[in-house]
Amino acid sequence: MTADIISTVEFNHSGELLATGDKGGRVVIFQQEPENKNQPQCRGEYNVYSTFQSHEPEFDYLKSLEIEEKINKIRWLPQKNASQFLLSTNDKTIKLWKISERKKMPEGYNLKEEDGRYRDPSTVTTLRVPVFRPMDLMVEASPRRVFANAHTYHINSISVNSDFETYLSADDLRINLWHLEITDRSFNIVDIKPANMEDLTEVITAAEFHPNHCNTFVYSSSKGTIRLCDMRAAALCDKHSKLFEEPEDPSNRSFFSEIISSISDVKFSHNGRYMMTRDYLSVKIWDLNMETRPVETYQVHEYLRSKLCSLYENDCIFDKFECCWNGNDSVVMTGSYNNFFRMFDRGQKKDVTLEASRESSKPRAVLKPRKVCAGGKRKKDEISVDSLDFNKKILHTAWHPQENIIAVATTNNLYIFQDKLN
Amino acid sequence: QCEEEWANFTPNWLLVRTKRKFSDNEDIVEENPVSIKVMSSYNLQRQSLLDMSLIKLQLCHMLAEPNLCRSVLIANTVRQIQEEMTLDGSWPVMTETLNTNQNPSDRLIATEILCRTSKDCEEEKTFSVVTYDNLHTEEVLEDSLCITSTEEVPVFLPNTFGAWEREDLKKNSDDSKPTDQVFGAFELKSPVATPDPSIDELFSDVDTSYYDLDTMLTGIHGTPKMGPYDLLDSLSSSHSPSSVTSNLSCRSDLNELDHIMEIIVGS
Repeated sequence: MTADIISTVEFNHSGELLATGDKGGRVVIFQQEPENKNQPQCRGEYNVYSTFQSHEPEFDYLKSLEIEEKINKIRWLPQKNASQFLLSTNDKTIKLWKISERKKMPEGYNLKEEDGRYRDPSTVTTLRVPVFRPMDLMVEASPRRVFANAHTYHINSISVNSDFETYLSADDLRINLWHLEITDRSFNIVDIKPANMEDLTEVITAAEFHPNHCNTFVYSSSKGTIRLCDMRAAALCDKHSKLFEEPEDPSNRSFFSEIISSISDVKFSHNGRYMMTRDYLSVKIWDLNMETRPVETYQVHEYLRSKLCSLYENDCIFDKFECCWNGNDSVVMTGSYNNFFRMFDRGQKKDVTLEASRESSKPRAVLKPRKVCAGGKRKKDEISVDSLDFNKKILHTAWHPQENIIAVATTNNLYIFQDKLN
Repeated sequence: QCEEEWANFTPNWLLVRTKRKFSDNEDIVEENPVSIKVMSSYNLQRQSLLDMSLIKLQLCHMLAEPNLCRSVLIANTVRQIQEEMTLDGSWPVMTETLNTNQNPSDRLIATEILCRTSKDCEEEKTFSVVTYDNLHTEEVLEDSLCITSTEEVPVFLPNTFGAWEREDLKKNSDDSKPTDQVFGAFELKSPVATPDPSIDELFSDVDTSYYDLDTMLTGIHGTPKMGPYDLLDSLSSSHSPSSVTSNLSCRSDLNELDHIMEIIVGS
């Protein structure tokens, strides 16, 4: 069923909740069970907590085009009270959802029977105070705000500001700033649309607020550049404060150079000192103080470089992989093909390739590292490049903010892995 | 094998020392035959990449709503190929061929061929590769996209290329806009003026506030901005002034109007 294709994965700020969005416009939230005292080595499992339909397909009558209900991104708001809030977006509309629990039910009304029927006031002889009695947990999701009609192009990113009052939404050509309480207007803070659309050569691919500085955000482009903008400088942040771009390697130049340099994801480190970008073949870590080149570069699947022609033909070269940091910014993770995903340990300079599939992972079993053989003699247990399944792609991954628990989305399955504690 | 060659190829300007114009027969004899073979293979592959890219751009416009990032990246790739071909002189060769052998009805056929999906092309193998003066093309098989040669048949380029190129070559401009009107598809087409009150009522609750004011204004002023369905028609019309053009652009307007009526009537 194509509606089940997972399109976004995101842990909340405590890591207790994990939200997924899919192509059918649904959001499924998983909750981590409290630790089991009998099994202290295992952290709690994630079970379904709430499911709701966030977006429905729409039809734009003026352009006579369908607007897909696919959830492009989910971002959690930090928890302020008993309820949880998240933003979910499709191509055009962002919605703020409130997820609240109901564990208690009031009982003992004076004017209502237990089944809801009203009592005749003349039959009431005594008064009692209604009390709350526990009930089976009910989780309700209700849309609290709908932020619509601000994007002509497809929304690719949303990012909540560290002030927790505003957030940005970015489409191919523009970035808008919203206040969470105000739905009927937004401020346009970046606009790269040329006067003549035929002059268009570059689009915005991702955007994110700095985790600590509420005036700073970055956005990446299809030409492999990242611009850091300061909202204090001007109302319209068309002039960047910093431009991050690595000069091209002339020995690797080809007609596909620009396409593979297009950045598919940008993420700040938790400490706010670095940012990570993902392009088609690599992950790059940038120091915010150095614009000329990244401080670290990790090859995700360099063996694909000689296959770019085929990957262009079958459109895989346009796949947008995401990337993520672990809680203490020491490891980064990103997906690849054949249901492989990669982790790079920045401190220890080690990397590993793992596979998310039913066959290779039974519950409680340790994942076996995988290896792709680029050419020449294939060793036992290695997979040759030509046998990789390019339909099995891991585009979305997420890392628990504190613990070593990761969520990996294959096309229509979600895998949650945790490291052994002993 | 294709992939390795792509990975290893160097742009033309690096090979300039060994390269000669293909129309120059005498020089070819003196050249290293291996490098000439590599060059022709490179040119064929470059041509096939160009063709593939143009098909992809075509398909972009047929989908529900094209992915702008993908379209921009493909268009930039086309631009790069075309720039390189202009530099090494391959471009005018093609266009001359076009000029001498094509007439408007040929262009209509070209559109139809290019609209086929690559899967169709696999079966029909209708693409042809330009033949240089004294160089016969070899059959080039490239993964699932089949491009075979039929001797001395001129290449069918979409006329967004051809039309631009014909005019610009006269001016000797190296301003490349091969993707003329590709992105016009993303703009709102000039709204159809309908005095009919029932149609107004139908659209009365549609919120158009987010459409660009400039888009709306250009629409009102009648500057041709194209909707997604117009690209097919534009491909079959050159945008140089001719009676053929005006007929075809009228036809495209009528098609657009028909389409809108279909939606309104709900057929």
